[in-house]
Amino acid sequence: MTISRRALLAAAASLPVAVAGHGLAATALAQQFATGYHPRAESIADGIWMVRGADEAIAMTNGGAIANSAFIATDEGTILFDPGPSREYALALTALAEEVTGKPVTRVYVSHLHPDHALGAAGFAPELLHALPETRRELVDEGEGFADGMYRILADWMKGTALVLPNGDVKPGDVTYGGRKLRLLALQGHSGGDLALLDHATGTLIAGDLVFNNRAPATPHADIAAWQKSLTELAAVPHNILLPGHGPLDTGGLNTGGLDTGGLDTGGQDAIAQTADWLGWLDGALHDAVAQGLDMAEAGNIAIPGRFAGVKLARYELQRSVSHFYPALEAELLPRL
Amino acid sequence: MKKSMICCLASVLVWSGAAWAGEYPADPLDSPMWDYRANEILGDAEVVFDDAVQVIVPQLAENQHVFPVTVDASALPDVKRIVIFADLNPIPVAIDYRPINARAFVATRIKLDQRTPVRAAVQTGDGRWHVSGVWVDAAGGGCSAPPVSRVKGDWAQHLGEMRGAAWPDHDDTRIRVSFRHPMDTGLVENISAYNIDTLSVTAADGTKLAEMSVFGAVAEDPVFTMIVKDAGEAPIAVSARDTAGLEFDGSVSRRAGVDLLAQAR
Ligand SMILES: [Zn+2]
Repeated sequence: MTISRRALLAAAASLPVAVAGHGLAATALAQQFATGYHPRAESIADGIWMVRGADEAIAMTNGGAIANSAFIATDEGTILFDPGPSREYALALTALAEEVTGKPVTRVYVSHLHPDHALGAAGFAPELLHALPETRRELVDEGEGFADGMYRILADWMKGTALVLPNGDVKPGDVTYGGRKLRLLALQGHSGGDLALLDHATGTLIAGDLVFNNRAPATPHADIAAWQKSLTELAAVPHNILLPGHGPLDTGGLNTGGLDTGGLDTGGQDAIAQTADWLGWLDGALHDAVAQGLDMAEAGNIAIPGRFAGVKLARYELQRSVSHFYPALEAELLPRL
Repeated sequence: MKKSMICCLASVLVWSGAAWAGEYPADPLDSPMWDYRANEILGDAEVVFDDAVQVIVPQLAENQHVFPVTVDASALPDVKRIVIFADLNPIPVAIDYRPINARAFVATRIKLDQRTPVRAAVQTGDGRWHVSGVWVDAAGGGCSAPPVSRVKGDWAQHLGEMRGAAWPDHDDTRIRVSFRHPMDTGLVENISAYNIDTLSVTAADGTKLAEMSVFGAVAEDPVFTMIVKDAGEAPIAVSARDTAGLEFDGSVSRRAGVDLLAQAR
């Protein structure tokens, strides 16, 4: 049943793209399939590599590979943080991890439920997969729907990708794996369960989608107040560098060696501060739009402050956020008649 | 109330009975359904594609159950009707708006059943239709999935609850009003069609400001934004009726909008 629906959706998806003239000829798309995924690993700290996603929306041209992933080399094997959007991508990451670390992937953390981070779980045995209990609950509720949506947009890129639920429950706190001391942080706000990971030896903070860097935050499951609280907690975790869920590595993180965040530099280099700034602006701007009597399409066209000029996908994510928040804000703010 | 019914009836006649007298202009969107929908909705009046009709929509359909559409045709003189429709929806027409004493401006949210052109057809006093639109990509199921309130089962408790306000807008008054209503399309198994079907806006002195026929393609818990030519401080009455004959009445005032503005940054 699911398969036939997907086959249908995939077939439907292949038609409109050709008709639409999205700027790509059908032959270019076919070529994209033929060449497949080519993730690249960049060393960011001793024994840690980043694999950058494209700073774009999910599209045929990128195969959904828009989120960042990380490899952490340990004596036991490689830890993969976020297996990406599809089985094929996960397999490409597996091969790449073994190439750069010399050890196979033996543990996978899924940071949260979103399909660009989580559906690559299909490339691994459930025993290797670990996530927060809340993430598994959300995947049970919404994973199939996400998979259907991804098949519709990405067609062949998604082949063989079925929803695979992580077996392992992540408990927050310090763990040692393969001689590597890690701190697992159980947070929320971007979604119901957001996992972040600190590597103690190198001070590398892998933040998942709690932090976006020069790429506008996505809010389909966001609770902005909870997200801001999580950002405050992340800012208080001493770290040297931060790998965001989307956007480039942030080297402007804290290096205080303590919990005092008084010296936090919010001068525009810090991805935590930028994410908090965007969310604060977004929340206020949407409240104001309702107060001014704008409808949703108008609210999606309001001016975006100049300080976000370098933030990719700002208009796109603003319009998505209008869809996520506006009806509830109207119900809250407009008086009963 | 009687008047609304006549208007509604009239538009149904137009959409089912008109003979197609000739060729429509070639569709800039190249829709497979253009001629069919033009015949069904616009009939044999003259049709032109006209950029003076602004169809304002987001870059993407993040939620195909609630897709916002704003139409601004205030650059055209003597606008009589604004029809919002989606060629490839099973229920193509969402609203048929008649801005009697109102600006040629309307906003609402519609359901999208698949990738489709979303259009506004604006009829001026000379009978001519001015058409504009855009392709919108959407996942399937906007019209054939049950409304959230049906799934939650709480739709009856809140049925007809209205919210809204009015704001000064240049020399006119912008009004926004929302209704809790499932807006059932009749395309979901075991749930028959049930939607708000008429809406009217009346000034305190009884002057009719605007009327609208509303169809099942409008999103659940519908919201309407209009700009009426009434600059007074008196409340403006909004009343709607659904296909079960239930009536929903309320009034919006500028005071509410000004209070809201005072809370804005
Ligand atoms: Zn996410």
